[in-house]
Amino acid sequence: MTTLHAPAINYLAILPFLFLTGAALFLLFLTALTKNRLSTKVSSTVAVSAALAGFVATFFQWFEINHHGAITTASHAIAMDGFSAVMTASICSSLVFALLIAHDWQGRERFNGAEYQMLALLATSGSVLMTQANDLVLVFLGLEILSIALYCLIAFNRRRLKSSESSMKYFLLGGFAAAIFIYGAALTYGATGTTNVLGISYFLAANHLLHPGLLFAGGGLMMVAFAFKVQAVPFHFWSPDVYEGAPTPVTGFHASIVWGGAYAAMMRVMIGGLGTQIDTWRPIFFGLIVLSCLVGAAFAILQGNAKRLLAYSSVSHSGFILLGVWTGTAAGLSASAFYVLTYAPVVLGSFAIVALVGGVGDANHELEKYRGLARRNPWIGASLAVLLLSQLGVPLTVGFVGKFSVLSATINAGDVYGAIVAIVSACIAAFAYLRWTTGLFADENLDTPPLVVPWASRVVITLSVIYAIVFGIDPGLLTSIASHASLIFQP
Amino acid sequence: MHASLLLPALLLVPVLGAVAAMANRAKDGAAYAIAVTTASIELVLSFVTAGFYKNTTTGFDFSSSHVLSSFLGLRYSVALDGISLLMVILSSITVLFALLGARDRRREAAYVSWQLLLLAVTVGCFVAHDLLEFFVFFELILIPCYFMMTQWGGANAKAAAMKFFLYTFTGSAGMLIGSIYLAVQHQHEFGGAITFDYTALQQVSTSATVGVWLFVAFAIAFGVKSPIWPLHTWSPSTYAAAPTAAGIELSALLSKLGAYGLLRFGVALLPTIQHDVRPVMLTLAVISILYGSFVACTAKDLRRFIAYSSLAQMGFVTLGIMSGSTIGTEGAVLLMFNHGVITLGVFTVVGYLERRRQNVALGDLRGLQGPMPVLAGLFTVFMLATMGLPGLNGFISEYLILIGAFTTHTWWALAGTVGVVGSAVYWLWAYQRAFHGPVASADAGLSDVSQRERLVLWPIVAIVVALGVFPSPVLNRIAPSVQHITASETPGVTK
Repeated sequence: MTTLHAPAINYLAILPFLFLTGAALFLLFLTALTKNRLSTKVSSTVAVSAALAGFVATFFQWFEINHHGAITTASHAIAMDGFSAVMTASICSSLVFALLIAHDWQGRERFNGAEYQMLALLATSGSVLMTQANDLVLVFLGLEILSIALYCLIAFNRRRLKSSESSMKYFLLGGFAAAIFIYGAALTYGATGTTNVLGISYFLAANHLLHPGLLFAGGGLMMVAFAFKVQAVPFHFWSPDVYEGAPTPVTGFHASIVWGGAYAAMMRVMIGGLGTQIDTWRPIFFGLIVLSCLVGAAFAILQGNAKRLLAYSSVSHSGFILLGVWTGTAAGLSASAFYVLTYAPVVLGSFAIVALVGGVGDANHELEKYRGLARRNPWIGASLAVLLLSQLGVPLTVGFVGKFSVLSATINAGDVYGAIVAIVSACIAAFAYLRWTTGLFADENLDTPPLVVPWASRVVITLSVIYAIVFGIDPGLLTSIASHASLIFQP
Repeated sequence: MHASLLLPALLLVPVLGAVAAMANRAKDGAAYAIAVTTASIELVLSFVTAGFYKNTTTGFDFSSSHVLSSFLGLRYSVALDGISLLMVILSSITVLFALLGARDRRREAAYVSWQLLLLAVTVGCFVAHDLLEFFVFFELILIPCYFMMTQWGGANAKAAAMKFFLYTFTGSAGMLIGSIYLAVQHQHEFGGAITFDYTALQQVSTSATVGVWLFVAFAIAFGVKSPIWPLHTWSPSTYAAAPTAAGIELSALLSKLGAYGLLRFGVALLPTIQHDVRPVMLTLAVISILYGSFVACTAKDLRRFIAYSSLAQMGFVTLGIMSGSTIGTEGAVLLMFNHGVITLGVFTVVGYLERRRQNVALGDLRGLQGPMPVLAGLFTVFMLATMGLPGLNGFISEYLILIGAFTTHTWWALAGTVGVVGSAVYWLWAYQRAFHGPVASADAGLSDVSQRERLVLWPIVAIVVALGVFPSPVLNRIAPSVQHITASETPGVTK
C-alpha cells in the first residue's frame, strides 16, 4: 500500500499568502457570525492589517534570502527568491493603498459590509501566488484566484450598468485567456515532460528538441495569455472599457496589483522557464513592445475620459516593462521589477484622486471636470500634477528613474532601437499628461465646490506624492532593492 | 566658507528662497522681497565663486560628488570651469533683473518661486559634471517654464507652452539615449560600475559612425534649445506668449544653455568626429544667421522680432563653436554672455513698452521717440550693441567669432559676415518703424521710463559698455577652458 506524502512546506515562503487568505476567511466567518452587517471600518482594519502583515513578512523573507539564499518549497512549486519578495512587497503595499481608497469609496457609495475587502484580499492572494509560482499549474491557480475575485470586484457597483457590462467583458475575455494559458501549459508539458518552471528550464538546457513545434505553440499560447493580462497591444482591447466601467478603486487595484502579479508570473515563466528559447520569443515580444508603447501613447492623447486615458497610459507603460523583460538579462529583469515598484504607488495615488473627482456613482471622469482643480483644492491639484508628471517621466520624480532604468538596461543589452521606440512613445504620451496637468491650473469652474477629501484618501495621496518625489530625488534604496530582485535561476 | 561648498550653495540658495517665498505668500510683497534678496545673494555668491576660481590645467574646479544610486549610475556631481562660471554669473544676473524689471503681481509668490527654481536648475545645468545629472537639470528647466507660461502667459500661451514642452522634451530624448549609450560603452571598455561622469565618458573611444550619431543626438537636443535652424519654430510663438519675466529668461538665459551644451557635450565630449560634422553644423549656423536676419525684417511684433534676432545671434555662437578655432570659440562663449545681457536689456525695454500699451505689434508702433525719448535711447544702446558697434560688447565677440571662423572655414565666415550687415538692416528698420515718424495720437500721452525702471536698466547698460571697452577680465578666465576644449579636437582645417 502506497502512502501519499505531503511535501514539506517552508511556511515563511507562503506567509504573505496565508495572511491574505486567512484574513479573507476570517472576515467571511465574522460576517456569518455577527448579527448586523460588518461595518466598513472593521473590515477595512482587518484587511489593511493583513496587507501590512504580508508586507512585513516579505522583510523576513528578504533577510532569509539574503542570508541563506533563494529556495523552492512545496515540491518546488513555490519559489522564494529576491524577485518574489520584492514583487510581493510591492503588491502588499499596493493593497494597503487600494483598500484605503476603497474605504472612502464605500462610505461615499454606502456599501457596508466586508465583501469588497474579502474579494480584494483573495484577488491579492492570487496575485502573490503568481509572483511565487514556480510551476505552471500554480501560475494557473494564482491566475484564477485572482481573476474570479476580480470579476466580482469589477461588477461590485451593481447600481451602475457599466460596472456589470465591463465585468462581463472582462470575464469572457479573461476566461479565454485562462483557457489559452492552460492549453499552452499543457503543450509545454507535452514538449518537456514537466510543468515545473525550473524543470522546463533544465530540460531545455540539457536536451535539444528535434521537433520544437509543440514547445513553440505552448510558449506562444502562454505568452498570449500573459499579454492579455498585462494589456499588451494587440491584446489590450478590453482594458479601456474595463478601466472605465470598473469602480475607480478597483481600477486602481487593477493597475497595480493585478499588473504586478501578471508581470511577475510572466517574467518567471518567460525568463526562468523559457529563457533558453529567448531567441525564438524575442522577435514576437519586440512586436508587442513597439505596439504597446506607440498605440498606448497615441490613444492616450485622444482620450477625453480620465480613466480611459490612464488605461491607455498603462498600456504604454506596459511596453516599458516588457522592454526590460525583452532584454533577458538580470539587469533588465531588475529594471522591470523596479519599474513596477515606481509605477504602482504613483498610479494608485492618481486613482485615489480620480475616485474623489469621480464622486458618487463614478459620474465625473471627463477631463473637463479636472479643469481648475488646483484652484479649488490646491494640494490635491498639485499632487495630481506631481503624479502625472511622474508618469510622464519628468526628472526628480520616480517615474523618470523607472524609465531610465529600463532604457539603460535595454541599451546595455545592446539594443538601441527598442530604447528609441520606448522614448518616442514617452514623448507622445507626454502630450496626454500635459494637457491634463494644464487643465488643473486653469482659472475655470471656480464656482464648483471644492472636493471633500476623506482622511484615507488623503493618506494615500500624500504617501504616493512623497514616494514619487523622495525616491525620484534619491532612488538609491529602491534601486539597491531592485538590483537584488533576481530569479532563483536564470539561464 | 570653504570653497567646495560654493556650488552646493549656488544650487540650494534659490531653492530655499523659493520655499521661503511660498511660505510667505499671504503677506503682500514679502515673497517678492524674498525673491529679489535671494537672487541678489545668488549673484554675490557667483561673484565670490569667480573670486575663488583658479584656472587649473584641466579647467575644472570646486568639484564634489555623491553617488545616489550605483545600480543606475545616478550621481550628484558638480564642477566648474571658466565657461560654466561665466554662465552661472549670467544666470543670476538674468533672473535678478527679470525679477526687478518685469514684476507681475498676479499670484506673485508662486511666480517668483518658479523663477527661483528656474535659476536653481539652470545653475545646475551649468555646474553638472555628469551627463545624467545634466540631463536631469536640462529636463527640469521645462517645468518652471511650462508653469510660468501656462499660468501667467498671454494669449495662446497654453498652446505655445505645450509646443515648447513637447519640442524640447522630444529633442532631448535622443540625448538621454546617447548618454546611456556612451556610459554603456564606457562600462564595456573600462569595466566597473556604470558611470555618467563627464571626465570618464571623455575617455570612451567610439567609431566614427557611432560618434556622428551621438553628435546628432546631442545636437538635436541643444539645437532645439539654442535654437538652430530648422529647430527654431517653437521660439517665436513661445517668446510672444510668455510672460515678460519668463520671456527674458528664455531668450537671455535658456538659449545659451543650448549653445553651452553643444560646446560641452557635442564638441568637447566627441572631439574626434568634429571634422565630419563641422560642414553641416556650420552651414546650419549660417542659415540660422541669414534666415533669422531675413525673417526678423518681417516680424509682426517686437517679441517675435527678438526671437528671430536671437536665432541669428545664436547662429553666430554656433558658427564660433563649430569653427574649431580657439579664437572663434572664445568669441562664441563671450557672445553667449553678451547676447544674454543685451537680450535681457531689450526684452526688459519691450516689457516696459507693454506696460504702457499692451500691443507691441510693429505695424501699430509709430513715433514712440516723441513721448518716450529715454526708452528709445535705451533701445538704441542695445540695438547698437547687437549690431556690433565697436565700443559696445556685441562687437568684440562677433569679431572674434568671424576671425576664428575665417582662419578655419573661410567661406562660411564670409557668408556669416553678410549676417552682420543683415543685423544692421533689420534692427534699424525695426527702430525706424517703431520710434521714428509722427506719433500715433493714442500713444502721444505715454509716459517715459520711470526713475525706478531706469535704475533697473543702468547696470545692464553699464555691463554692455564695460565689456565692450574692457573684455579681457572675462576673456582671460574663459581662455584656458576654451583652449582645453579646442586642443582636443582634430585639426580639421577645410576650405
